[in-house]
Amino acid sequence: MNFDMSPYGAFIWPAYSISALALGIATLWTVAAWRRAKARLATLESGQGT
Amino acid sequence: MQFLFRYANPHNFMRLSGAVLPFTAIGAALALIAGLYLSFSVPPDYQQGRTVTIFFIHVPAATMAMGTYIAIALCSLLSLVWRHPLSDTAARAAAPLGAMFTALGLITGALWGKPMWGTYWVWDARLTSFLLLLFIYFGYMALWSAIEDEAKAARAAAILALVGAVNIPIIKYSVDWWNTLHQGSTVTAFKMAAVYYPPFFTMLLAYSLLFATLWMIRIRTAIVERRARNLMQGAAA
Repeated sequence: MNFDMSPYGAFIWPAYSISALALGIATLWTVAAWRRAKARLATLESGQGT
Repeated sequence: MQFLFRYANPHNFMRLSGAVLPFTAIGAALALIAGLYLSFSVPPDYQQGRTVTIFFIHVPAATMAMGTYIAIALCSLLSLVWRHPLSDTAARAAAPLGAMFTALGLITGALWGKPMWGTYWVWDARLTSFLLLLFIYFGYMALWSAIEDEAKAARAAAILALVGAVNIPIIKYSVDWWNTLHQGSTVTAFKMAAVYYPPFFTMLLAYSLLFATLWMIRIRTAIVERRARNLMQGAAA
């Protein structure tokens, strides 16, 4: 593997960082929303949410 | 068509997607690791130097942006013509992911354009039609949020999605129909050096599996939220 991106590192590393950040946030956001929805349904089904 | 309707039932979808999800999630992670390893192992391009590395994230993002829109348009068609019960939920769940891939395509493209073209942005046919795709995604999501009645919102959003689908062939063929700064088809025309295909296809696989994973989780979330809403309404009645 070669991580020497010179002389274009100022363009390549931001492109990879932004992509990693966006995909990471989308994944965390999606999983968090799923967990919230599941917990809410479980609360309602157990009768505590009424 | 019968196959589609068999899994249109939310109960069947939850069962099937629950079984498939671990495989797509693990597959996405493995493909991403392999894709990154291959991306940073290839030699520099004889013309573009190391910037070719951006190709491995830019083209998969752009491909997913258009692929996701095609999926939304197909779901919308299923919804309008055959009243497929899960298609509206699936279309709505895909839209934010498609918008994210479109934004990533634009940003990584700009970061590739600057060292190669000398500019981050030009109003040429490919870049402008791709920016239009992002606005269509925003409009689609805004329409869903703006109309309170879910059935009416679904119908309006489905019509918008089908009308907006005309932009997809424009994006694809813009480099052939007009003179653009953007390079012509590289992957489908097999104009690329053979050494760049393995990292590209591995990253495309990683993006596709990640999209499939997140899309299924988002549809499952929407189904669970609807069930919770129905329970709340039942309790209030």
